[in-house]
Amino acid sequence: MGSDPITVYEHAMMKGYSRRDFIKMCTWLGALMGIEASGVGRIVKAMEVKRRIPVVWFHFQECTCCSESFIRSSHPIVADILLDKISLDYTETLQAAAGYQAEEALHQTMQNYKGEYLMLVEGSVPTADNGVYCCIAGRTALDIVKEAASGAKAIIAWGSCASNGCIQSSKPNPTSATPIHKIIKDKPIIKVPGCPPIGEVMAGTIVYLLTFDRLPELDSTGRPKAFYSRRVHDTCYRRPNYDAGLFVEAFDDENARKGYCLYKMGCRGPVTYNACAVTKWNDGVSYPIQSGHPCIGCSGEGFWDNGPFYQHLASFPGFGIEDTADTVGKIAAGVTAAGIVAHSVVTNIRKNKLHPNSKPLTEMPNKQEGVE
Amino acid sequence: MSTVTIRRIYVWDIPVRIYHWVNFVALGVLAVTGYLIGNPLAIQSSSEAYANYWFGTVRFVHFAAAFIFIFNFIFRIYWGFAGSKYANWRNFIPHTREQLKEMADVIKIDVLQRKGKPLKSIGHNALAGLSYFICFLIFVFQALTGLAMYSKMSGWFFTKWFAWVVPFMGGDESVRQWHHIMLWFFVIFAMVHVYLVFYHDYVEGRGIISSMAGGWKFIEEDDRG
Repeated sequence: MGSDPITVYEHAMMKGYSRRDFIKMCTWLGALMGIEASGVGRIVKAMEVKRRIPVVWFHFQECTCCSESFIRSSHPIVADILLDKISLDYTETLQAAAGYQAEEALHQTMQNYKGEYLMLVEGSVPTADNGVYCCIAGRTALDIVKEAASGAKAIIAWGSCASNGCIQSSKPNPTSATPIHKIIKDKPIIKVPGCPPIGEVMAGTIVYLLTFDRLPELDSTGRPKAFYSRRVHDTCYRRPNYDAGLFVEAFDDENARKGYCLYKMGCRGPVTYNACAVTKWNDGVSYPIQSGHPCIGCSGEGFWDNGPFYQHLASFPGFGIEDTADTVGKIAAGVTAAGIVAHSVVTNIRKNKLHPNSKPLTEMPNKQEGVE
Repeated sequence: MSTVTIRRIYVWDIPVRIYHWVNFVALGVLAVTGYLIGNPLAIQSSSEAYANYWFGTVRFVHFAAAFIFIFNFIFRIYWGFAGSKYANWRNFIPHTREQLKEMADVIKIDVLQRKGKPLKSIGHNALAGLSYFICFLIFVFQALTGLAMYSKMSGWFFTKWFAWVVPFMGGDESVRQWHHIMLWFFVIFAMVHVYLVFYHDYVEGRGIISSMAGGWKFIEEDDRG
């Protein structure tokens, strides 16, 4: 596999798809990436001419939900072809090879396509205790990432694990789970966060790389703008309820039945950047808020540490789990009020001794004038 | 008892007073609307969403007040260099031996109520000055975090300058959290500030409360020469 990669188009024809199917897929992918209709020709051209990019896909500290999401990207050809279109030379979950064979395939790709292959990483890398908490084929993830990255053309960090550490890096992060961009500094890295990311978003990111041979436009934190530039809140169909101040107060109340905004139920839509409300999930069926559940902000950094998920404010460190900044603020204000009362009492007791000025005017001499 | 002559001193010039009261109104509005944004009222309504906009209005008022607050504050920083000696930035950062001694005295006499020579600070006393400086730092923090959150829903280039704060602070959620926590600083600051103004007026009788309206304070002549 991979010694003479053929084009995506040839591959599709080989698989028995018609040209019509192929063009439909290109149009669909273009729409997904937010490319205007006139750009579809470029996608078609790229798919016809470009050789498949060799890809190695690593799995470290993760749950494989990114892969699961990816193989469910809704378009049939995507599901079928995309995995073939990129010449997936190594991926623990899907490869047929095992053991020495698998490692052999990996090393061949890394040698034969040095500087050309695409490195996809799913999962974070533990760095504590020399990285012993994640080993594959007798080597630490840390070691593997460094070696593979050195010959990679670009890196895609799949999911929240690889992008920002996700649950294993939440406090206290016992294994020092580290996202890829903190380990590899000298390669272009595209972050595709989410737990998991939307399958179509993953597919769109890869196809963009394949089509245009350059990184998609990224935001300041390295996420493709096409999918992560807008907040779930801004594209949410419940947004009018937010502006109208109509909120669900409990999951089983009348407001919930009416589909009011889930802001007070802890919805992270206003602080979460993702395409959920646009692309939706499972072939466009729904997304969490549409199903009546607040967004938990899974594509945001450190979202596990900003819990509980069902309250608007995060719990305040060092206090009870349900205690928010407001609880702390109210206590502090109460203590301050008590201090003020105590101070005013003491002031009155000691006033005459300490503050001669405070004697009433009648006790002062008669001759008082204001002189400018 | 000897004659006490009281001298009238013009302490707070007009820009300082205007700044103070604009700030007072803006912060009051910001605190109330800010709290509401974090904890919206529970409203049941028989009307559809399109017929209402109260939460949007609360947010609008918060943003409008925030811009007034920010530019008012920027003006005050300028006035800290251009204004009178009582408005000068030197009053806010204790950097002289005298100021440090005054701070110690204020803690001793006003806070702990120990015996000592009565204090006569004409402008801010050194401790109050420092507390306002800390307050200014929190103004900056609130402005930065607020503008950073706002930048995502604004097309104005000015707010875009502050987008970097979000990744710097580890995401929108933590920016929101810290912005909210600081609301309580203002609540507590206001309590202490108002109490202390009453306290000083009560024990010293120098007209500190009215000074922020008319600008004048009254100081005993014999001690200050």
